[in-house]
Amino acid sequence: MNDMTDQEKQLIELLADMQEDEAHALAKRMVLEEGVDPMRVLDLCRQAMDIVGKRFEAGEYFLPELVLAGEMLENIGAIARPLIKSKPGEEPKKLGKILIGTVHGDLHDIGKNIVTFMLDINGFEVKDIGVDVPVAVFIDEIKDYQPNVVGLSGFLTLAFDSMKETIEAIQGAGLRTDMKIMIGGGQVDENVCNYTGADAFGTNAIDAVTLCKDWMGVAA
Amino acid sequence: MNAPQTEFQTLEAEAAYNARWQRVMDCVNLKQPDRMPTAMFCTFFLAKLGGISHRQLMYDYDKAKELGERALIELEPDVHNPLLLNTAAGPVLEAVDYKQLIWPGHGVGENQPYQYLDREYMKADEYEEFIEDPTGFYLRKYLPRVLGAFEGFEEFPDLPGLHYFRLVGGVRGFARPKLRAALERVLKAAEEVDRFAEEHGSFTQRMKSLGFPTSHISTSVSPYDLVADYFRGATGTMKDLYRNKDKLLRLLDKACGFLTRQTINWSRASRHPIVFFPIHWGPDNFMSQEQFKTFWWPSFRQLMINIIEAGIIPMPLWEADCTKRLEVIRDIPPGKCIYWFERTDMVRAFEVLGDVVALRGNISPSLLTTGTPDEVDAAVRHLAENVFYKGGKLILDAAFGLPDETPVENARAMYAAARKYSS
Repeated sequence: MNDMTDQEKQLIELLADMQEDEAHALAKRMVLEEGVDPMRVLDLCRQAMDIVGKRFEAGEYFLPELVLAGEMLENIGAIARPLIKSKPGEEPKKLGKILIGTVHGDLHDIGKNIVTFMLDINGFEVKDIGVDVPVAVFIDEIKDYQPNVVGLSGFLTLAFDSMKETIEAIQGAGLRTDMKIMIGGGQVDENVCNYTGADAFGTNAIDAVTLCKDWMGVAA
Repeated sequence: MNAPQTEFQTLEAEAAYNARWQRVMDCVNLKQPDRMPTAMFCTFFLAKLGGISHRQLMYDYDKAKELGERALIELEPDVHNPLLLNTAAGPVLEAVDYKQLIWPGHGVGENQPYQYLDREYMKADEYEEFIEDPTGFYLRKYLPRVLGAFEGFEEFPDLPGLHYFRLVGGVRGFARPKLRAALERVLKAAEEVDRFAEEHGSFTQRMKSLGFPTSHISTSVSPYDLVADYFRGATGTMKDLYRNKDKLLRLLDKACGFLTRQTINWSRASRHPIVFFPIHWGPDNFMSQEQFKTFWWPSFRQLMINIIEAGIIPMPLWEADCTKRLEVIRDIPPGKCIYWFERTDMVRAFEVLGDVVALRGNISPSLLTTGTPDEVDAAVRHLAENVFYKGGKLILDAAFGLPDETPVENARAMYAAARKYSS
C-alpha cells in the first residue's frame, strides 16, 4: 500500500472494515466527482476483498461479512463499470476455471454462493450455474465451459445420490480426464466423498479455495 | 407437568410407556437411567420403509399412520417425534396455500422432501412496523405474503383506537369483498387443519396405548432464527447485523416476549412438557463468537429461562457444528434441558455440558445412508463407551433424525446397538 494515496488507502480500509456507507460515498465521489479511473477504484475494491478473504480465513470474519462485502462490491461496481472504457488485455490472468452448482433435487445456495465469492476474490474465474441443476446441464456446461474444477454443492442428504449420479455421468461422458471434482455442503464428509467418487470434499469455503489452489499448482 | 393420561392396551404397554418416559426424564434430571434411552425423529424415512412415494406419505393420513406405527414397533425407540405432523401435511399445506415451502408434487418431485424457500418475507424498512404492532403486521402484511388463503387480509381493519360508535362502525371493514372472501377461505382451511390435528391426536394416543411416548409435541423457535429464517431471510439478516443492528436487537427482544407467551400456551395445550427448537443460525461457522453472544444467544437464553420457569423442558437441536459455542450455551440452569447436537463432537459436548443438560444425538447421516450395519453399530458403541458409560445422560438418536435415504437395515442396526450397549 506504500505507493497509494491516502484516499486510496482509506477506501480499502473502509471496505475491509465493513464501513459500508462511508466506503460507498467515497467510491462514488472518486468515480463521479473526482474523475478517478473506475478501473483503479475496482482494483482497490479487489484489494479490500483480499483483506476480507484473509480475515475470513483467520476466523475473524464470518458469513455476515462475506455477504456484506459481496454486496458492497456489487454496489460500487454498478457505479464504476459503466464508466470503464474497454481496454482489452488488462484483465488479470485467472488462476483457473471453476464450474459450480447445487445438484439436482436440492435448492440450497448459501454455501455455494460463499464458495463462489471466495474463489472469485482468490483469483479464479467462476461460473455459477445455480441450484437444482440436472445432470445433463452439468454435462453440457462442462463441455461448453471446460472448467479445471467442478464443484458440486448440496445441503440435503438426497444430494449424496445426486452427486454420485452427476459424477458417474461426467465420468461416463469421458469428461473427467483433465478435471477435478470437489463436493461440499452441510452433511458432506469423508463417507460421502467415498460414496460419490469425488476427488475431494470441503466443509467450508476455505477448503474449496485450498483445494483449487492445490490442484492448479498455486501456492496457498 | 406430566405426559398425557390415556388408556393403555395392555399392562405391558403401560409399563413400557412409563419406563420409556422415565428414561428420558431421568436424563433431563441428570439422574442415571436404567439404560441408555433412544429417540427417533423421522419424516420421509417412513416412505422408504413402506415403499411408497413421498407424495403419498404427505397426502394419505391412514398410510402415514400405518407406517408410523410400523416404524415404532419395528425399531422400538423410547421416544419419537409427532410423526404425522412432520409428514402427512400435504392437505393442510394446500388448504392454506403455504408459499414458504415446496413439497412433493407441489414444486418438487414426487420422491423428494419438502424444502423451505429462503426469501425476504419482511423488508428491511418494515422493522419498526413489526416491532410497534406484531399482530397487525402479521394480519395485514405477513399472513397474506406467506399464506395464499389470507390474501385479502391486507384490508383487515386497524383496530387499536376504535371506540364507542367508531368501534361499531369499524366492524364495517369486515364487509370489504376481498377480506370477506379471505375470511371464507381461512375458515375452510381451518377445518382441514382441525382435521389434521385430530388425525395427529388419534395417532399419538394410539401410539401411547401401545407404549410409545412422543419426545415432544410442540415446536418453537429462537428469536434470531424466527427473524432470519421466516422474515428477513438468511442473507437479509446477516446484512442487518451491520445495517439495522439496533432494530434487529429490539425485534429480538420483542420476539422473546411473544415467543415466551406462545411457547408456554402451545406446550400447555399439547399437554407435553418438552418443546423442540430446531436451531439453524447458531453454528460456529455462521457468525463470530462476539456476534453470537450479542445477537443470537441472549434472547434465546432468556426465552429458555422464561419457559423453564413455567415448567417446560426446552430441547434445542443445535444444527451443524457448535463446538465453539459450548461454553456459552452452558449458561443455563442444570437439569432442565435436552441439548440435541448434530455435528458437534458429542464427547466434547459431554465434557463441557455433562453436568448441566441431557444430550441427544448424533449418529452421522452420511454413515447412516452410505455405511454398513456394522459401521453403524461401531458408531453407537463409540458414543455409549465415551459418553453414556462415563455418566453422560445421552439419549441416542441420529444426528438430526433418520435421513430419508437411510437403508432400513442401518436404522435397525442403530436401535439394536443402542439396546446392546445400553448399560
